[in-house]
Amino acid sequence: MTVLTIRDLNVVFSTEAGPLHALKDVNFEVPERRIVGIVGESGCGKSTLINAILGLLADNGGVTGGSITFEGQTDLVGLSPDKMRALRGERISTVFQDPMGALNPVLSIGRQMVNIQYRSGLSRAEKEARAAEMLELVRIPDARAALSRFPHQFSGGMKQRIAIAMALMMEPALLIADEPTTALDATLEVATIELLKDLQEKIGCSVLFISHHLGVIAELCDEVVVMYAGEVVERGDVRSIFNDPRHPYTRRLLECDPARQSSRTRNLPTIPGEIPDLRARPRGCVFRPRCDLAVDTCADPQAERDLGGGHQARCQKAQGLTNTMAELGAAT
Amino acid sequence: MSEAVSDPAPPVAPSGLWHQVRKVLREPLGAFGLGLVVLVVLGAVFADVLSQYEPAALSPRDRFLDPSTAHLLGTDQLGRDLFSRVLHGGRIALYVALVSTAISLALGIVLGLIAGYGPRWLDNLMILLFDALKSFPTVMLALALVTLTGPSLTAVMVVVILVNVPGYARIIRTQTIALKTSEFVTAAQSMGASSARILRVHVLPNVIGPLVILASMDIPVVIAIEAGMSFLGLGVRPPTPSWGSILNDGFANIRETPWIAIAGGLPIIITTLGFTFLGETLRDVFDPRLKGR
Repeated sequence: MTVLTIRDLNVVFSTEAGPLHALKDVNFEVPERRIVGIVGESGCGKSTLINAILGLLADNGGVTGGSITFEGQTDLVGLSPDKMRALRGERISTVFQDPMGALNPVLSIGRQMVNIQYRSGLSRAEKEARAAEMLELVRIPDARAALSRFPHQFSGGMKQRIAIAMALMMEPALLIADEPTTALDATLEVATIELLKDLQEKIGCSVLFISHHLGVIAELCDEVVVMYAGEVVERGDVRSIFNDPRHPYTRRLLECDPARQSSRTRNLPTIPGEIPDLRARPRGCVFRPRCDLAVDTCADPQAERDLGGGHQARCQKAQGLTNTMAELGAAT
Repeated sequence: MSEAVSDPAPPVAPSGLWHQVRKVLREPLGAFGLGLVVLVVLGAVFADVLSQYEPAALSPRDRFLDPSTAHLLGTDQLGRDLFSRVLHGGRIALYVALVSTAISLALGIVLGLIAGYGPRWLDNLMILLFDALKSFPTVMLALALVTLTGPSLTAVMVVVILVNVPGYARIIRTQTIALKTSEFVTAAQSMGASSARILRVHVLPNVIGPLVILASMDIPVVIAIEAGMSFLGLGVRPPTPSWGSILNDGFANIRETPWIAIAGGLPIIITTLGFTFLGETLRDVFDPRLKGR
């Protein structure tokens, strides 16, 4: 069973300069007990996607087509705000990027962790015990005493772990992690990733993990969705995306990863050009203006090509681009 | 806060209030202010014990007496004991100040939260109303209201509330708008908290502190409004004693004796100074930016 199935999702924001097509025909699913990573540059629609799932799109934005099916039955698109609210925090919960701001500065950690359980019907003592238990689970030392402390008394990494503890307290079916490690340094990033993986196995939830850090995605995720300018250009299991990328954008993105540079260089590689203006999308393939493999037929609408084993790429040349990244590296 | 870091065991000390009081007492100005406030409050509470005279009891034979052991502040043009009138006037002043400030705070908080968190059009409408209300000079507002309803204690309190609420609501609104987009509010939203819950649990504790201190600094202003309106005959009705009306009696009879004007003016000065000093010290004690001076 899949926890989350997104089919042909379209999100449009109305702006003063005309409609902005932020998400176009997005398809992917999050299977049960799997970690799915979404990777893409800034502005490619990752956050819009999360907000669309949570029903928290800004007032000028809306889902214009498609469906977001949760746990095989509930369509989150068009769900009443009350029902949506009942799902958030209970079945779907979220961890945000900035651990410094994610906790209320004037309330103690314990107070906030007890507050968040207001729907559980437990007694105060039970809620406190549960909060302490969660803090222990995320390896906060001296959890009982930590409950009476305030957010400013914790380090950034601890705050992010507390935020994770709060998100997982209700044992949700789906955890959405919006760049949870971006604000942390490299050591903490590794520790947080391991913790997240550990907890995901313990609780048995699925995770939708958003990041622009390719290394983290490769380390943590089972499946990867590559987004570019509001479209899913390629998706598949982590092995095929990283070892056998078939969409030119994915290939260029991987080439740009500093961790993959085999020789010393003064200038790190970049993808020439810029993300297209989402108010005036290019016809056909959205990557066409920046793609050095583009041909005339790329201006026609592109369908997702199935490459077997759930690996899909929205490029007409996908079947032909079989040389692996290792070979690519050798060629350059 | 710095103490809390170095001593992690009791971050919220159970004697938190006493701790704050001690901080206030450590400042000479704060101790002085608190002393004056306590003096005025005790005087008002124990008015009946401290003076054996009825504040409204007439005694035509004892008109314009100078202060003596029998009449600590002398008597006025109708032979009423001024000390007793001052103590009972304190009751009125404190009653008006505390009740109307509390109501202003409650209204200001609710309206400010609604304006700050609600839809844009409602915010604009409420700001327009607040500004319109604020643009009236206090005395004009008082005159207009009293012309409609006649002078009364209620009229005084309504004026005070109308004058105070817009300011409080604006402060709460501005802070609410700043907090609305903060990460922990977004996080609470994404965890399914309702708007009412977010306002109560997350926004209110963040905005209420500065406002309470501001309100404590507004108490002298309220006392001055009450005295001013009573002086002009727009406040409490005559036999009821009020510092403003005592002052007015003193003003009318200044040629006979200065004691009536002194009896009316002195408590206003003492109370105003006391609350101002206390309020300023509270602000300094609670404002983290002024720490370490």
